[in-house]
Amino acid sequence: MNPLDWVVLIGSMVGIAVYGLWRTRGRRSLTTYLKGDQDMRWLAIGVSVMATQASAITFISTPGQGFQDGLGFVQNYFGMPLALIIIAAFFLPIYRRLNVYTAYEFLGRRFDSKTRLLGAALFLLQRGLNAGITIYAPAIILSTVMGWRLDLTIILSGLLVILYTVTGGSQAVTLTQKYQMGIILGGMVAAFVILLVKLPANLGDAFTIAGSFHKMQAVDFSLDIHRRYTFWSGMFGGIFLMLAYFGTDQSQVQRYISGSSLRASRLGLMFNAVLKIPMQFFILLLGVLIFVFYQFEPAPVFFNEVAWQQARHDSGDKFRSLEQQFVSVEAEKLQLIRTWLDAKHAGDRNAEAAARAQAVAAHERSDEVRAEARAALQAADPRAKTNDADYVFIIFILHYLPHGLIGLLIAAFFAAALASKAAELNALGSTTTVDFYRHIVKRTASDAHYVTASKWFTLFWGLVAISFALFASMTENLIQAANILGSLFYGVMLGLFLVAFFLRWIGGMAVFWGALAAEALVLALHFSHAISYLWYNPIGCAACVVISILLQAASRSKFKARETGDA
Amino acid sequence: MNPPPAVEPPVPESEDTGFPGIRTWRGLYVFVFGSFVLWVVMLFALTMIFS
Repeated sequence: MNPLDWVVLIGSMVGIAVYGLWRTRGRRSLTTYLKGDQDMRWLAIGVSVMATQASAITFISTPGQGFQDGLGFVQNYFGMPLALIIIAAFFLPIYRRLNVYTAYEFLGRRFDSKTRLLGAALFLLQRGLNAGITIYAPAIILSTVMGWRLDLTIILSGLLVILYTVTGGSQAVTLTQKYQMGIILGGMVAAFVILLVKLPANLGDAFTIAGSFHKMQAVDFSLDIHRRYTFWSGMFGGIFLMLAYFGTDQSQVQRYISGSSLRASRLGLMFNAVLKIPMQFFILLLGVLIFVFYQFEPAPVFFNEVAWQQARHDSGDKFRSLEQQFVSVEAEKLQLIRTWLDAKHAGDRNAEAAARAQAVAAHERSDEVRAEARAALQAADPRAKTNDADYVFIIFILHYLPHGLIGLLIAAFFAAALASKAAELNALGSTTTVDFYRHIVKRTASDAHYVTASKWFTLFWGLVAISFALFASMTENLIQAANILGSLFYGVMLGLFLVAFFLRWIGGMAVFWGALAAEALVLALHFSHAISYLWYNPIGCAACVVISILLQAASRSKFKARETGDA
Repeated sequence: MNPPPAVEPPVPESEDTGFPGIRTWRGLYVFVFGSFVLWVVMLFALTMIFS
């Protein structure tokens, strides 16, 4: 990064944070601190919901996912439009009518205190752990770019977001998200355009190459439940995941209940229902096109260059040999791709098919060398993370984008991290204050007292997130880790809310024990590695609903039997 | 386990959407779902052509 990049990065990040702090100075009302002034228009709500969901992980890791596995991950979002329609039609009017601060207050009014606390506790557990992941992602960028220590980077970025979230509350979060989203979209569009300009092949040829290397399978109708991303898992698993996330996760509920009207909140949700799939598609396509780009330009054998260079320095010969093998097989592959494209343009079908088959075989050899490189890295350092997909986009940016744009892209990642992190901390602080502190510890106090308590709880959760980010071992691609963690709790949480909204004859005791039993089932499935994680959501939800129904029915039978016996 | 207190039904869907050309919420939801179906069809076509 040169001085221009630093000006863009620091200017945009500090400028937005200072603006948020200045606009929200002196807020002492609990309602304003937790829900803003409730004057947000639909576009602000829509952008805030989008910025909360799209963390730095989305923009760093998703292109890497596209590079590695192709477009298939887009199916993960297929359940989202329908889920948002259900929330807009059924959940939202009730939240607004009851004028709740948190989604779990609704559980308390519908069932009882312990069910409210269970819902809030599941949220705090899931979101508190996840907060560690969202803080870890930007730390990777900064530590890679600047050669900083990862732990210091986590602490510094964590403290920055804590500062303006604690001070400004919900309104500061929404205000800053608007400008942060502008930086993010500007950066991503700029990266996409630059990539298209630099791509050595035209778009048709690029898609042909990507397709032959299995990167263009966006929709897979396979019924195999062991496949992680299919149309069916995206629709059925995804709809439960999205219903749970948008309908019951306070970090999202807090965003859209702050709308100026029911109409503004609904339109904000529909904005996301229409735009999320195209947005994810283009981010994945960016990764696929980076993959094609690296078929023509020299690619590193392992994209986490810092880890590679470190291991290479310690045990050089093996690593240098792997690099030479990789360069050799990549050069051979490039030659075959050129022959293939020449044959395609000349209309020679036989030569095209032959060169294509040879290029695919060369690509498989290239993948084998990469696998060997990962194994060598693991042997040299057992703690080294061998999944380098998260580094693909960053390395592309640093090596091929012009100065100024590098700063803008790093600012975009940083903005995304701050936007989602701020919403999470705000929600964690609100839930702890409203559902635990005000509900159990101190039932009557002034607004100023609760605002102060909320600030302390937000600070506490910020420090918890930093601790998890420091000590968590990120074993998989980051975005998958975040989704897996969410799926462990979201299904049961959704079950609780579906019973609350639609099964009005079921009481608090039945749903409380039903939810606990369902959560035990989901955890057992997870540790047995039996099925793809997306299925945890429908299974957890269905188990919660069915067990609640059975418990309620059993309780009524028992009650009737006792009445008959008494008679 | 006692029966729970009743929850009021949601507010009526009478509010105008304010969306150009679509006045009812049901119409807006159909539009949103239609745009989703269109995306799936386009992605499936992309898969079929290039895979």
